[in-house]
Amino acid sequence: MLFTIFAALTVAGAVAAISLRNLVHSVLSLILAFAGLAAVYLLLGAQFIGFAQILVYVGAVAILIVFTILLTRNDGTFGHSSQASWNLGALIVIAVFGTLAWAIHSSTALHHAPPPQPEATMQQIGTALMVRFALPLEVIGLLLTAALIGAATIALHEKQERP
Amino acid sequence: MTWIVRNLWLIPALPALAAGLSALAKRHQRRFSASLAIGAMGLSFLLSLCAFSQVMLAIAHGQASRQVVNFPWFQFGDQWLKLGWMLDPLTAIMLVMVTFVGLLIFIYSTGYMAHDDNFTRFFCFLSLFAAAMLGVVIANSLLLLFMCWELVGLTSYLLIGFWYHKPSAAAAAKKAFITTRIGDLAFLVGMLWLFSQAGTLLFYDQGAGCLEHSALTAMVAHLTSIGMAASTGIALLIFAGAVGKSGQVPLHVWLPDAMEGPTPVSALIHAATMVAAGVFLVARVYPLMAAHSDTASVITATTALQVVTWIGAITAVFAALIAVAQNDIKRILAYSTVSQLGYMMMGLGVGGVAVGMFHLITHAFFKSLLFMGAGSVIHGCQEEQDIRRMGGLSKLMPITFATYAVGMLALCGFPLFFSGFWSKDAILHAAMGWSISRVPFYLGSLGALLTAFYMTRQVYYVFFGTSRLASHNEVAPATHAPHSTSATPHESPSNMTVPLVLLATCAILLGAIGTPAWPWFDSFLSGESPVFAFAGFLEHGILPVMLTSTLIVFLGLALGWWFYGRKPILSADRPDALEQLHPGIFHVLQNKFYVDELYEHTVIRWNSALATFSDWLDRWVWNGVVMSVSNLVLGLSWLARSTDTYLVNTSFDEGCHTVTTSGKLLARLQSGRTQSYLRMVGIAFAALVLVLIWSARS
Amino acid sequence: MTPLSSCLLLSSLLFSVGFAGVLMRRNAILILIGIELMLNAANLNFIAFWRYGSAPEALTGVMFVIFSIGVAAAEAAVGLALIISIYRHRKTTQIDRMNSMRG
Repeated sequence: MLFTIFAALTVAGAVAAISLRNLVHSVLSLILAFAGLAAVYLLLGAQFIGFAQILVYVGAVAILIVFTILLTRNDGTFGHSSQASWNLGALIVIAVFGTLAWAIHSSTALHHAPPPQPEATMQQIGTALMVRFALPLEVIGLLLTAALIGAATIALHEKQERP
Repeated sequence: MTWIVRNLWLIPALPALAAGLSALAKRHQRRFSASLAIGAMGLSFLLSLCAFSQVMLAIAHGQASRQVVNFPWFQFGDQWLKLGWMLDPLTAIMLVMVTFVGLLIFIYSTGYMAHDDNFTRFFCFLSLFAAAMLGVVIANSLLLLFMCWELVGLTSYLLIGFWYHKPSAAAAAKKAFITTRIGDLAFLVGMLWLFSQAGTLLFYDQGAGCLEHSALTAMVAHLTSIGMAASTGIALLIFAGAVGKSGQVPLHVWLPDAMEGPTPVSALIHAATMVAAGVFLVARVYPLMAAHSDTASVITATTALQVVTWIGAITAVFAALIAVAQNDIKRILAYSTVSQLGYMMMGLGVGGVAVGMFHLITHAFFKSLLFMGAGSVIHGCQEEQDIRRMGGLSKLMPITFATYAVGMLALCGFPLFFSGFWSKDAILHAAMGWSISRVPFYLGSLGALLTAFYMTRQVYYVFFGTSRLASHNEVAPATHAPHSTSATPHESPSNMTVPLVLLATCAILLGAIGTPAWPWFDSFLSGESPVFAFAGFLEHGILPVMLTSTLIVFLGLALGWWFYGRKPILSADRPDALEQLHPGIFHVLQNKFYVDELYEHTVIRWNSALATFSDWLDRWVWNGVVMSVSNLVLGLSWLARSTDTYLVNTSFDEGCHTVTTSGKLLARLQSGRTQSYLRMVGIAFAALVLVLIWSARS
Repeated sequence: MTPLSSCLLLSSLLFSVGFAGVLMRRNAILILIGIELMLNAANLNFIAFWRYGSAPEALTGVMFVIFSIGVAAAEAAVGLALIISIYRHRKTTQIDRMNSMRG
């Protein structure tokens, strides 16, 4: 029951995020969708992921998008694509969703009893990160550093070389 | 080795330098180029005197009179080609003669050419000529000699054609060049033969030179397929070069025509030095000419020397005969030169180096004196050269007349006081004692008679009687030279007369060095100290020969007086005294025995027929071959082009077109719009999922 | 309808919504939002399979999501930086005007 509510909240937020005309409203709706998703994670027993979702997406990514919106002046022409392109897009989206939904619906592997709630304590996650996934952790750290530097380099004002 | 020997190259180098600098001078820098040329020549003269005294000292001290300096020029294969120069009595005497006469003629030229526009060019050529001639003289290598020899020929060509705007001068220059070329070709072949035989072209090289004993012995021993010794063949080929250069029969035709050049050129090149180069060459390679096998029991004249003698004797008479009937003052002297060169050759042939060279030296002085005197006469008579239109100049041009008379008497061989007498006498004496035949002696005597005759004729025409120039002026006043100020002949300026006087002095005094009593010249050339002895006159045959030649000279002079001096020549248009006597012979002589016409109708006609044939061959045969080949190539290329255009290009274009079209079609997919790409991703994703599910089901 | 399939359905719905945003909007920022939604849909799948799949004690799904979030954060940062940079040059955030790579 709770799952249905959160799921509905998430989908509603997502739909609002992509369909609203005002970009700031879109971002606010996106935050709603992220929050709903975080709740779904909590329901599924992944507390760490839920909080990480809140921290990273709601706290960082959404704020980043807001800054971007503020930095790029709206030229007022945003909005939907041309009618033909919009129709085509909708068609493709429906096809994709239909395919996925049909695949999920017709899958037989999903029809078994749910297992008991698994344990995913912070200690277990920490141990796994530091032992089994030590190398990927280092790599992701490197990636984040590179992304930080890259993003800063790209977004920095270029020196006024040309007149 | 003394300083002068080591630096002997300076003697030709100085005039060469002067020539180079004059070539850079501007046209109006007359004084600069003239003083440069004369200064260089003067220095060369001083150096030549040094060299001469060096040789004298060496002889006096009993040292070797010949010193050589050789240096390698370049290497081919494993052999070094060497050049070099030498100082020996022959070189020394020639050096002094060439530089002295050259210097005087240079000075004379400043007067004679004073009004010429191309004064600087003239001195440039003159200096170059002097350099080349001195190079010929000092060369110790036949190759170096040949190079300078050709350079001499070149400058001769340039100077004969100096007034190239006159067609006759240009033609004469060409004729001189081509005629001497025939001889030079033989010379070149001889030189190559000599190199193949001796392996060197150096004359003297510490026993290894081609004129030294070992090489000569080898060449004499080497018989060719026609039974002639190699040395004889080489000597004859080299002599052919000398024949061309010295204007001997049959290659004499260029020398009289060469008188088209300025008179100083005639004096320097075509009387004193260049034409004498042929005689000098024979004297230089005399050991080769006279080379005979050691085994021969009786030493007689070699084949080469016999040829030299006969050619010389025939030339001497032949040219003297022609000279009798000429009317151009310079042409008479030119034929006289040819005749005297014949004497020199004969002297070399019958009497050896000293006899021929003695006449060469004395002749150089009195003949250049005569030419310069003639130049003075021409200069004074407003460029008139026809002796029939002169006359009476003895009073108007006293210095010229006096010096000319000295030269004329020296040339005739007037007894005792004139150098020509002694040198000619030496030749005649040697000819009388020649072992082969007496004929050269008779020919030489006849030549001496004729010489005395035609010179008397010329002098009477030019200097005695009344002036016939005025009447000529009335007939054709337009022929005046532009600078003539007075219609009457006048004496020449001092820079022309002083050299005349100096040369006249030499023409008299030089005889003293070669008298039978004091044969200084003879012993100088052979490197011995001269002995003075009146007994020389008593030697066998000398006095009779002297007496005979004296008689002959007086006979010639008397004949000349009889025909031309007895009654004054009144009119330029009256026929010549000899012509009245026998017109037929006179015309033959006047037309130079029709030698030019003979060549015209034989050699030149054949040559031109050959040229026409070659032209035809070129035009029709070879051209046809070339044209058909080129047409073939054209056809092939047309075929290739068609193939290219219609076969290769079309299919290639089609291929290109297809690629372009499909590229354009594909490019439409690449719209640059992210969303259209993503759409495709979506479609592909859906399709992929469907395929996966469907494949899992089945 | 099992919990797993409902989770998957939610995930696919979320994915489709994100995809629709990508395909049907022209603003680059909105497209980025769509991409984030699709990424979250994938994350939800991982969690769902960890929760209802076999061997949940291995924590594979959780770990994958942690790294995925890290990568997503990096991607968001770089993507937004690119948008700013492009905006600075072209004075627009409309994706259909950024077509200079057209073939």
